[in-house]
Amino acid sequence: MEIKVLKNILDANDQMAIQNRKLLASKKIMMINVWASPGAGKTTTMLRTAETLKGKARMAVIEGDVASSIDTVKLTQSGVTAIQINTDGGCHLDAGMINLALQNLPLDELDIIFIENVGNLICPGEFDLGEYKRIIISSTPEGEDKPHKYPLMFTIADACIVNKIDLMPYVNFDINSFMRTVSGMNGKIEIFKISSINGDGVDKWADWVLKQLDSYRQ
Amino acid sequence: MHELEITRSLVKLALDEAEKANAKKLTSVTVVLGEMCGAVDDSVAFYFEIMTKGTIGEGAKIIFRKVPMQAKCRNCGSTVNPKDIFWECEKCHSMDIEMISGKELYIESIEVD
Repeated sequence: MEIKVLKNILDANDQMAIQNRKLLASKKIMMINVWASPGAGKTTTMLRTAETLKGKARMAVIEGDVASSIDTVKLTQSGVTAIQINTDGGCHLDAGMINLALQNLPLDELDIIFIENVGNLICPGEFDLGEYKRIIISSTPEGEDKPHKYPLMFTIADACIVNKIDLMPYVNFDINSFMRTVSGMNGKIEIFKISSINGDGVDKWADWVLKQLDSYRQ
Repeated sequence: MHELEITRSLVKLALDEAEKANAKKLTSVTVVLGEMCGAVDDSVAFYFEIMTKGTIGEGAKIIFRKVPMQAKCRNCGSTVNPKDIFWECEKCHSMDIEMISGKELYIESIEVD
Protein backbone atom coordinates (compact mmCIF):
# COMPACT_ATOMS: atom_id res chain seq x y z
CA MET A 1 0.00 0.00 0.00
CA GLU A 2 1.30 3.41 -0.94
CA ILE A 3 0.93 6.30 1.52
CA LYS A 4 1.43 9.88 0.34
CA VAL A 5 3.56 11.74 2.86
CA LEU A 6 4.80 15.03 1.33
CA LYS A 7 6.68 16.12 4.42
CA ASN A 8 9.87 18.11 4.59
CA ILE A 9 12.59 15.72 5.76
CA LEU A 10 13.89 18.32 8.20
CA ASP A 11 10.43 18.70 9.73
CA ALA A 12 11.68 18.17 13.32
CA ASN A 13 14.24 20.94 12.83
CA ASP A 14 11.61 23.20 11.27
CA GLN A 15 9.26 22.68 14.24
CA MET A 16 12.04 23.68 16.62
CA ALA A 17 12.80 26.72 14.44
CA ILE A 18 9.15 27.78 14.83
CA GLN A 19 9.54 27.54 18.63
CA ASN A 20 12.70 29.66 18.51
CA ARG A 21 10.87 32.24 16.39
CA LYS A 22 8.02 32.37 18.92
CA LEU A 23 10.37 32.75 21.87
CA LEU A 24 12.25 35.58 20.14
CA ALA A 25 9.01 37.30 19.12
CA SER A 26 7.87 37.29 22.75
CA LYS A 27 11.10 39.08 23.69
CA LYS A 28 11.09 41.31 20.57
CA ILE A 29 14.58 40.08 19.64
CA MET A 30 15.60 39.95 15.99
CA MET A 31 17.86 37.02 15.07
CA ILE A 32 20.13 37.05 12.01
CA ASN A 33 21.78 33.88 10.68
CA VAL A 34 25.25 34.60 9.29
CA TRP A 35 26.73 32.25 6.68
CA ALA A 36 30.22 32.30 5.20
CA SER A 37 33.15 30.09 4.37
CA PRO A 38 35.92 29.67 6.98
CA GLY A 39 38.11 32.75 7.07
CA ALA A 40 35.68 35.16 5.38
CA GLY A 41 35.85 37.41 8.43
CA LYS A 42 32.63 36.58 10.27
CA THR A 43 33.95 37.26 13.76
CA THR A 44 35.79 40.46 12.78
CA THR A 45 32.58 41.63 11.09
CA MET A 46 30.67 40.86 14.30
CA LEU A 47 33.19 42.87 16.32
CA ARG A 48 32.89 45.86 13.96
CA THR A 49 29.11 45.55 13.93
CA ALA A 50 29.03 45.56 17.74
CA GLU A 51 31.20 48.70 17.82
CA THR A 52 28.96 50.47 15.32
CA LEU A 53 25.71 49.43 17.02
CA LYS A 54 26.90 50.50 20.47
CA GLY A 55 24.29 52.74 22.08
CA LYS A 56 21.78 51.95 19.30
CA ALA A 57 21.01 48.27 19.89
CA ARG A 58 22.13 45.58 22.31
CA MET A 59 23.51 42.55 20.53
CA ALA A 60 24.82 39.07 21.28
CA VAL A 61 26.50 36.46 19.13
CA ILE A 62 25.92 32.70 19.08
CA GLU A 63 29.18 31.23 17.84
CA GLY A 64 29.11 27.96 15.93
CA ASP A 65 32.37 26.11 15.36
CA VAL A 66 33.38 22.50 14.99
CA ALA A 67 35.80 22.96 17.90
CA SER A 68 37.38 25.61 20.18
CA SER A 69 36.04 28.78 21.74
CA ILE A 70 38.58 31.13 20.13
CA ASP A 71 35.89 33.36 18.60
CA THR A 72 33.79 33.57 21.77
CA VAL A 73 36.87 34.60 23.75
CA LYS A 74 37.64 37.30 21.14
CA LEU A 75 34.11 38.66 21.33
CA THR A 76 33.72 38.56 25.11
CA GLN A 77 37.13 40.19 25.60
CA SER A 78 35.78 43.08 23.52
CA GLY A 79 32.68 43.30 25.70
CA VAL A 80 30.31 41.53 23.29
CA THR A 81 27.90 38.99 24.83
CA ALA A 82 28.67 35.67 23.16
CA ILE A 83 27.96 32.00 23.65
CA GLN A 84 29.82 29.12 22.03
CA ILE A 85 28.35 26.03 20.40
CA ASN A 86 30.81 23.31 19.41
CA THR A 87 29.33 20.90 16.90
CA ASP A 88 32.08 18.25 17.47
CA GLY A 89 32.48 17.54 13.78
CA GLY A 90 29.02 18.67 12.65
CA CYS A 91 29.01 20.89 9.56
CA HIS A 92 26.11 23.17 10.52
CA LEU A 93 24.01 24.43 13.44
CA ASP A 94 20.46 23.16 13.87
CA ALA A 95 17.42 24.73 15.51
CA GLY A 96 17.74 22.55 18.63
CA MET A 97 21.28 23.81 19.30
CA ILE A 98 20.06 27.38 18.91
CA ASN A 99 17.19 26.71 21.32
CA LEU A 100 19.70 25.62 23.99
CA ALA A 101 21.86 28.66 23.34
CA LEU A 102 18.82 30.97 23.64
CA GLN A 103 18.06 29.48 27.05
CA ASN A 104 21.53 30.50 28.16
CA LEU A 105 21.50 34.09 26.90
CA PRO A 106 20.19 37.11 28.87
CA LEU A 107 17.22 37.59 26.52
CA ASP A 108 15.70 40.46 28.50
CA GLU A 109 18.82 42.52 27.83
CA LEU A 110 19.03 42.00 24.06
CA ASP A 111 17.68 43.50 20.82
CA ILE A 112 19.61 41.51 18.23
CA ILE A 113 21.18 38.04 18.15
CA PHE A 114 23.60 37.13 15.38
CA ILE A 115 24.26 33.46 14.76
CA GLU A 116 27.75 32.95 13.42
CA ASN A 117 27.11 29.64 11.70
CA VAL A 118 29.82 27.03 11.06
CA GLY A 119 32.11 28.19 8.23
CA ASN A 120 30.62 26.29 5.30
CA LEU A 121 28.81 27.38 2.13
CA ILE A 122 26.71 24.21 1.74
CA CYS A 123 25.03 22.62 4.74
CA PRO A 124 23.92 25.58 6.90
CA GLY A 125 21.67 26.70 4.03
CA GLU A 126 19.38 23.71 4.59
CA PHE A 127 18.59 24.40 8.26
CA ASP A 128 16.08 26.98 9.42
CA LEU A 129 17.17 28.17 12.86
CA GLY A 130 14.27 30.50 13.56
CA GLU A 131 16.04 33.59 12.26
CA TYR A 132 14.37 36.69 10.83
CA LYS A 133 17.04 37.37 8.19
CA ARG A 134 19.87 35.40 6.62
CA ILE A 135 23.05 36.98 5.43
CA ILE A 136 26.09 35.68 3.63
CA ILE A 137 29.61 37.07 3.92
CA SER A 138 31.92 36.53 0.96
CA SER A 139 35.45 37.90 1.08
CA THR A 140 37.51 39.12 -1.85
CA PRO A 141 40.40 36.58 -1.55
CA GLU A 142 37.85 33.77 -2.07
CA GLY A 143 37.27 34.94 -5.65
CA GLU A 144 34.19 36.25 -7.45
CA ASP A 145 33.15 32.77 -8.60
CA LYS A 146 31.77 31.57 -5.24
CA PRO A 147 28.10 32.29 -6.14
CA HIS A 148 28.49 30.06 -9.21
CA LYS A 149 29.99 27.24 -7.17
CA TYR A 150 27.69 27.43 -4.12
CA PRO A 151 24.47 28.93 -5.45
CA LEU A 152 21.91 27.82 -2.84
CA MET A 153 22.87 30.26 -0.09
CA PHE A 154 23.31 33.18 -2.44
CA THR A 155 19.82 32.61 -3.86
CA ILE A 156 18.11 32.58 -0.45
CA ALA A 157 20.07 35.17 1.58
CA ASP A 158 18.53 38.57 2.37
CA ALA A 159 21.82 40.41 2.29
CA CYS A 160 25.38 39.79 1.18
CA ILE A 161 28.48 41.39 2.67
CA VAL A 162 31.56 41.54 0.47
CA ASN A 163 34.30 41.70 3.07
CA LYS A 164 38.02 42.58 2.78
CA ILE A 165 37.48 45.18 0.05
CA ASP A 166 40.78 46.68 1.26
CA LEU A 167 42.49 43.62 -0.25
CA MET A 168 40.91 44.01 -3.69
CA PRO A 169 43.97 45.52 -5.37
CA TYR A 170 46.04 42.46 -4.39
CA VAL A 171 43.69 39.55 -5.01
CA ASN A 172 42.27 40.19 -8.48
CA PHE A 173 38.62 40.15 -7.39
CA ASP A 174 36.19 41.32 -10.08
CA ILE A 175 33.60 43.04 -7.89
CA ASN A 176 31.35 44.05 -10.80
CA SER A 177 31.10 40.48 -12.01
CA PHE A 178 30.39 39.28 -8.44
CA MET A 179 27.65 41.85 -7.91
CA ARG A 180 26.04 41.18 -11.29
CA THR A 181 25.89 37.44 -10.60
CA VAL A 182 24.54 37.79 -7.06
CA SER A 183 21.89 40.41 -7.92
CA GLY A 184 20.88 38.36 -10.94
CA MET A 185 20.38 35.10 -9.04
CA ASN A 186 18.62 36.83 -6.14
CA GLY A 187 16.55 39.86 -7.11
CA LYS A 188 15.90 40.85 -3.46
CA ILE A 189 19.41 40.68 -2.04
CA GLU A 190 21.14 43.79 -0.70
CA ILE A 191 24.91 43.92 -1.11
CA PHE A 192 27.30 45.76 1.22
CA LYS A 193 30.99 46.29 0.49
CA ILE A 194 32.96 46.48 3.70
CA SER A 195 36.37 46.09 5.25
CA SER A 196 35.96 44.69 8.73
CA ILE A 197 39.61 45.53 9.39
CA ASN A 198 39.54 49.28 8.65
CA GLY A 199 35.77 49.73 9.08
CA ASP A 200 34.99 50.97 5.54
CA GLY A 201 31.33 50.47 4.64
CA VAL A 202 30.36 49.08 8.06
CA ASP A 203 28.06 52.08 8.76
CA LYS A 204 25.81 51.25 5.81
CA TRP A 205 25.62 47.60 6.84
CA ALA A 206 24.80 48.57 10.45
CA ASP A 207 22.08 50.96 9.20
CA TRP A 208 20.53 48.08 7.29
CA VAL A 209 20.56 45.96 10.48
CA LEU A 210 18.80 48.73 12.43
CA LYS A 211 16.25 49.16 9.64
CA GLN A 212 15.51 45.40 9.81
CA LEU A 213 15.09 45.68 13.58
CA ASP A 214 12.51 48.44 13.06
CA SER A 215 10.56 46.41 10.50
CA TYR A 216 10.76 43.30 12.69
CA ARG A 217 9.28 45.14 15.66
CA GLN A 218 6.46 46.73 13.73
CA MET B 1 28.12 16.50 4.59
CA HIS B 2 24.97 16.57 6.70
CA GLU B 3 23.45 13.36 5.36
CA LEU B 4 23.58 11.68 8.78
CA GLU B 5 21.12 14.17 10.26
CA ILE B 6 18.97 14.22 7.14
CA THR B 7 18.74 10.42 7.15
CA ARG B 8 17.95 10.33 10.87
CA SER B 9 14.97 12.66 10.28
CA LEU B 10 13.97 10.76 7.16
CA VAL B 11 13.93 7.37 8.94
CA LYS B 12 11.95 8.79 11.87
CA LEU B 13 9.36 10.41 9.60
CA ALA B 14 8.94 7.27 7.48
CA LEU B 15 8.62 4.96 10.51
CA ASP B 16 6.14 7.34 12.19
CA GLU B 17 3.98 7.38 9.06
CA ALA B 18 4.14 3.59 8.76
CA GLU B 19 3.15 3.22 12.41
CA LYS B 20 0.20 5.59 11.95
CA ALA B 21 -1.01 3.28 9.18
CA ASN B 22 -0.58 0.23 11.50
CA ALA B 23 1.83 -1.24 8.95
CA LYS B 24 3.73 -4.46 9.67
CA LYS B 25 6.50 -3.59 7.27
CA LEU B 26 7.87 -0.49 5.59
CA THR B 27 8.96 -1.62 2.15
CA SER B 28 10.06 1.56 0.41
CA VAL B 29 10.48 5.29 0.80
CA THR B 30 10.46 7.79 -2.07
CA VAL B 31 12.48 10.91 -1.48
CA VAL B 32 12.40 14.00 -3.69
CA LEU B 33 15.87 15.49 -3.87
CA GLY B 34 16.67 18.78 -5.59
CA GLU B 35 19.96 19.03 -7.44
CA MET B 36 20.93 22.18 -5.57
CA CYS B 37 20.27 20.63 -2.16
CA GLY B 38 23.51 19.62 -0.48
CA ALA B 39 22.58 15.99 0.28
CA VAL B 40 24.31 13.15 -1.59
CA ASP B 41 21.94 10.29 -2.43
CA ASP B 42 24.48 7.44 -2.06
CA SER B 43 25.40 8.66 1.37
CA VAL B 44 21.74 8.95 2.46
CA ALA B 45 21.11 5.41 1.13
CA PHE B 46 24.12 4.11 3.07
CA TYR B 47 22.90 5.58 6.38
CA PHE B 48 19.31 4.55 5.62
CA GLU B 49 20.28 0.88 5.44
CA ILE B 50 22.09 1.07 8.78
CA MET B 51 19.47 3.12 10.59
CA THR B 52 16.50 0.98 9.60
CA LYS B 53 18.12 -2.22 10.93
CA GLY B 54 16.03 -3.77 13.71
CA THR B 55 12.95 -1.72 12.76
CA ILE B 56 9.95 -2.48 10.54
CA GLY B 57 11.87 -0.65 7.82
CA GLU B 58 14.77 -3.13 7.75
CA GLY B 59 15.54 -3.96 4.14
CA ALA B 60 13.28 -1.19 2.78
CA LYS B 61 14.22 0.33 -0.54
CA ILE B 62 15.02 3.99 -0.79
CA ILE B 63 14.06 5.60 -4.08
CA PHE B 64 15.28 9.04 -5.07
CA ARG B 65 13.31 11.21 -7.46
CA LYS B 66 15.80 13.84 -8.49
CA VAL B 67 14.69 17.31 -9.46
CA PRO B 68 17.06 19.17 -11.77
CA MET B 69 18.17 22.69 -11.03
CA GLN B 70 15.99 24.88 -13.20
CA ALA B 71 15.77 28.60 -13.54
CA LYS B 72 13.85 31.15 -15.52
CA CYS B 73 15.21 34.27 -17.14
CA ARG B 74 13.19 37.17 -15.73
CA ASN B 75 13.95 39.19 -18.85
CA CYS B 76 12.87 36.90 -21.72
CA GLY B 77 11.19 34.04 -19.86
CA SER B 78 13.43 31.20 -21.15
CA THR B 79 13.82 28.17 -18.92
CA VAL B 80 17.45 27.21 -18.36
CA ASN B 81 19.76 25.15 -16.18
CA PRO B 82 21.84 27.86 -14.50
CA LYS B 83 24.75 25.45 -14.08
CA ASP B 84 25.13 25.13 -17.84
CA ILE B 85 24.90 28.83 -18.55
CA PHE B 86 26.85 30.31 -15.64
CA TRP B 87 23.78 32.24 -14.52
CA GLU B 88 23.53 34.19 -17.76
CA CYS B 89 20.61 33.65 -20.15
CA GLU B 90 21.91 32.16 -23.38
CA LYS B 91 19.16 33.82 -25.41
CA CYS B 92 19.13 37.43 -24.18
CA HIS B 93 22.33 37.44 -22.03
CA SER B 94 20.47 38.83 -19.03
CA MET B 95 21.82 37.75 -15.63
CA ASP B 96 18.43 38.23 -14.00
CA ILE B 97 17.85 34.54 -13.33
CA GLU B 98 15.25 33.17 -10.93
CA MET B 99 15.52 29.66 -9.48
CA ILE B 100 12.33 27.68 -9.97
CA SER B 101 13.38 24.21 -8.84
CA GLY B 102 16.28 22.28 -7.36
CA LYS B 103 15.93 23.04 -3.62
CA GLU B 104 13.52 20.15 -2.84
CA LEU B 105 14.13 17.80 0.08
CA TYR B 106 11.04 15.91 1.16
CA ILE B 107 9.46 12.46 1.50
CA GLU B 108 6.95 12.00 -1.28
CA SER B 109 5.50 8.64 -0.25
CA ILE B 110 6.13 5.37 1.52
CA GLU B 111 5.09 1.80 0.64
CA VAL B 112 3.95 -0.43 3.48
CA ASP B 113 2.54 -3.91 3.99
